[in-house]
Amino acid sequence: MSFPILDVVVLLPLGAALAIALLPRQAPMALPKWLGLGSGVVELGFVLWTVVAFKTGNNHAGFQFTSREPWFGPLGISWYLGVDGISLFLVAVTALLFPIAMATRPSPEGALPRSYLGWMLVLESACMASFLSLDAFLFFIAFEVTLVPGYFVILGGLGERRAYAATKFFLYTFAGSAFLFVGILATYLLVAARLPAGSPASFDIITLARGAMHLPLADQELLLVAFGVAFAVKMPLVPFHTWMPDAYTQAPTGGSMVLSGILFKLGAYGILRWGIFLFPRAAVDLAPLALTLGAVGVVWGSVVAAMQRDLKRLVAYGTVAGVGFIVVGLFGFTVQGITGGVVEMVNHGLSIGGLFLLVGMVWERRRTHELDQLGGLQTVAPVLGWVFMAVLLSAVGLPGLNGFIGELLVLLGTFITHRWWAVVATSGALLGAIYLLWAYQRVFHGPAKAVNAGIRDMTWGERAAIAPLLAGIVFIGVYPQPLLSRIQPAVDHLVAHIEYADPSLKIPSSGQGHGTFAVPANQVVDVPAGTTSSAAAGRGGRP
Amino acid sequence: MTIFAGTAGPGCTISNLVTSEAKVSGLCTAKGSLSIPVEYRSIAPVLILGVAALVLLVLSATLPKRRYPGLWAGLTALAGIATTVDGIVQWANLDNPANTALTVGGQVLYDHFSAFFAILFGCATTLGAAISDSYLSREALDGPEPYVLMLACSAGAVLMAEAAGLITLFLGLEVLSISLYTMTAYHRRRAASGEAGLKYFILGSFSSAVFIYGAALVYGATGSTQYFEIFQFLTGTVVVHDGVLLAGMALLVAGLGFKVAAVPFHFWAPDVYQGAPTPFVGYMAAVAKAAGFAGLLRALMLALPTQVSSWRPAIWVLAVASVLVGSVMALVQADLKRLLAYSSISQAGYVLIGLQAGTQAGWSAASFYLFTYLFMVVGTFAVVGLTQGRGEVRNDLGSIRGLGQRNPWLAGGMLVLLLAQAGVPLTSGFLGKWLVISAVIGKGQYELALIGMVGAAIAAFAYLRVALLMYVPAAPTPARPGQPRGEGGGEPAVAPTGPGAPSGLAEVAGDLEALATAGLGATATAVALRAPSTARLRVPRATAAAIAVCVAFTVFAGVSTPVLSLAHSIGLTWSL
Repeated sequence: MSFPILDVVVLLPLGAALAIALLPRQAPMALPKWLGLGSGVVELGFVLWTVVAFKTGNNHAGFQFTSREPWFGPLGISWYLGVDGISLFLVAVTALLFPIAMATRPSPEGALPRSYLGWMLVLESACMASFLSLDAFLFFIAFEVTLVPGYFVILGGLGERRAYAATKFFLYTFAGSAFLFVGILATYLLVAARLPAGSPASFDIITLARGAMHLPLADQELLLVAFGVAFAVKMPLVPFHTWMPDAYTQAPTGGSMVLSGILFKLGAYGILRWGIFLFPRAAVDLAPLALTLGAVGVVWGSVVAAMQRDLKRLVAYGTVAGVGFIVVGLFGFTVQGITGGVVEMVNHGLSIGGLFLLVGMVWERRRTHELDQLGGLQTVAPVLGWVFMAVLLSAVGLPGLNGFIGELLVLLGTFITHRWWAVVATSGALLGAIYLLWAYQRVFHGPAKAVNAGIRDMTWGERAAIAPLLAGIVFIGVYPQPLLSRIQPAVDHLVAHIEYADPSLKIPSSGQGHGTFAVPANQVVDVPAGTTSSAAAGRGGRP
Repeated sequence: MTIFAGTAGPGCTISNLVTSEAKVSGLCTAKGSLSIPVEYRSIAPVLILGVAALVLLVLSATLPKRRYPGLWAGLTALAGIATTVDGIVQWANLDNPANTALTVGGQVLYDHFSAFFAILFGCATTLGAAISDSYLSREALDGPEPYVLMLACSAGAVLMAEAAGLITLFLGLEVLSISLYTMTAYHRRRAASGEAGLKYFILGSFSSAVFIYGAALVYGATGSTQYFEIFQFLTGTVVVHDGVLLAGMALLVAGLGFKVAAVPFHFWAPDVYQGAPTPFVGYMAAVAKAAGFAGLLRALMLALPTQVSSWRPAIWVLAVASVLVGSVMALVQADLKRLLAYSSISQAGYVLIGLQAGTQAGWSAASFYLFTYLFMVVGTFAVVGLTQGRGEVRNDLGSIRGLGQRNPWLAGGMLVLLLAQAGVPLTSGFLGKWLVISAVIGKGQYELALIGMVGAAIAAFAYLRVALLMYVPAAPTPARPGQPRGEGGGEPAVAPTGPGAPSGLAEVAGDLEALATAGLGATATAVALRAPSTARLRVPRATAAAIAVCVAFTVFAGVSTPVLSLAHSIGLTWSL
């Protein structure tokens, strides 16, 4: 593959944003809109092409479509992009959600403001770069740069306290990133000190992973904690979540969609790619802590969500629960658990992104999120009601929709190694059903109050916006195989890497749970250079 | 020459420090004679700036007054560009290690560090002249004098960076300082300016005295004021009773710490920044800091590396105090120039963090930081100079309010500069912090790295507040029709007091304002909310070009390698 498709994926939205910024004032009002949406759709095309061309099978567990250029030469930094099964579908969800989010107007009247489109495109570019980066420096830059467009997107909303929310968002994440900053630099320097003479120090993930797993365990743990704090703030994991309900509720609809659907995935993805992968032994040691935070998040998020009187806040707190669930899956260290975690990240993008979109539609009709003010919408807007129900059931985890696959894998995978945390997390699935269905009942059922009686149903434009999300929800629920077959080799490789780093860790699942989607245990997995020999040897050598 | 003969001591044996044997022997033959071989090549930047100052003076005496608007600024900028070009030529010349030398009777170091700072001060002079012209004509202050002072100040600054001994360093320091005192007090019709000048003068003279006392004590302890001879003495001698040396070092650090406005020697900075003419503040913040740090870096790293265990803790304390005090105090300022003064104190803290690492990495990180900070701070003050209005009537936070509407391009540029100072990636400010923190992590000082980054997060709020205010509507905008009006009693605590600010504004921007003024006192809040005029802000051409250069450089240095490589290769010349 000579065409640098990933570079295009990262840079295309940025170019479109620049074009929008530089358009003359006299340009037709519709031009920025079509430029923004058009580039979003072209971007989606490129990403779909990547997904289709992505090679599956156990010989392709490593990074594909890699592209590497030296950047800050003296510092060992390079522009290094690549995609594997873990990041592939996160990129796909990003490309899917952004055009939809860009099409939603931040204020009900008037055209799409240029600044909003521009910042959204910058945000898309930064998210793509974060998911695709294989260089710690590049990752940090992209991760950090998301703050600026995120800040302005929240500021572009209509919430009364949006400046407060935007600033809180910026400062919390900025402070969290301070730890990541120090952590990345420390990892780089500690690894560089242990490299054999002559080999250049580098920020690329392979070099770092190869060196970091041999650092003293105490160092590894401190570094993982430093990384973990930054990612926990971004996710946000309880107790680092307090910025989140404000940010999500004050942002415009499209902003909430990408903040909850994409941005928080950066944290979960970060902990997997840059936390667990770099410091597998420390991750195993600290798993009880992470699992506890995750399980607490599930229960606490659900309970608080159930008590909200504001529909948007309710969905926002639901995100806390969803994050907890993903963390529980990731720190189970089984193939099923991690695969489930990755699938949950994708699902969450679809279903929570969809929920925020629908909440935005409700708001456009009624100008309120108060549950007391809503009610009986089902009779006057049946299509909206049914679509809402479908997306909501996907979030709840109804079999046949996407949520089920992820939840099942997470619970199954973590139950094998960390039983009681999985048990607590299971209650979250139940609580999720309670607060979501209760909310649905309060919004859509009952007699329509006078003000609610006159609202119109979904327009065709709105149906077109939600349709791709619904399609994804149903497709993954009915036929997850294309998804799993691409995710699973990479996860398999990651688990082998963890087992190699910590031989004392016995992961029973890799012996038992192979029925549907795991490789035979004795098959040597092809992993990228660097970790290849070690991880594969560790795996092959196991009885 | 007797000074040199008397203090040189084992001067000839410094050959192990100097790469070129030939140059050293040339120096030694000169010793005791009256003819000092002058390597004009090495002091060309000082000469260019000094001669340009004289040319300006002569021309001003001969040309009719106010005949050629922009002439003085143009000539100054030209001299700045010439200095920059000369610095680049020097740099290229120095790529041959044999050219690195101790010149002019052992008083001037000709190496990459000197060339780098010559480039820096050349750029600062050019930009300083470009942003001053329109300000001075607006304030009816135009004339050649400020430019003469600016050129003299830059000459002194270059000399400080080139100095090979404490005496030359002091010479440069005084030339720089005296020019700056006068520039601070230059606004004749503004009482604050005169007051600031006097304050700066008194405290500055005091700090110069402290510095020279320190130099005397170091001389007493080691027998020399020349960096390499001090180093020579200290490597060959165990100083058992090092009280005098320690006192001397402490006074040196205090004297230069004053120039760079490091806490606790920072008290002058907010007052001086507030009172001095705005474009000069930008120039001063860049040049005085860079020159002070150049001197400090040289003195500590070339002369006193053996005493690193003594000065490192002191610099550690200064660094932490500067970062934290600067960041926290910036949060509560209602005056834009004061806010930027505290911000510059905090930025000085990061350079100190790099310095206290005491390593090659820290040395080049500090150089990179100073170089990139120059562009940020000059650009920022240029914008402040534009928004404050004639007579510097408004320096409060409110003066920048609504800039996004009044001039979107200017606001965009200011946004980049503010984000750079906050250390957001893809700007040079981020890369500077990255290098500095990387230097201390390389020494295993994780606690300092964390303090530095937490300080950055605190300071980010101060910068965000300014950025936020730029996008608060300056004009009384009608509330958007879709906005739920008057529901839930969203009355802001303080209503806008500006002329013609109706209550509709409060509803739209109430939260923005509440946040933008959070933590400020009631009076300050009222001031900060006074909306400026809504007229489109016109930017004079030279200033616009200077700001554009600053913004472009800030982004360029943040995403590309050249500046980084330049800073990276500094200091490899002298084997420390």
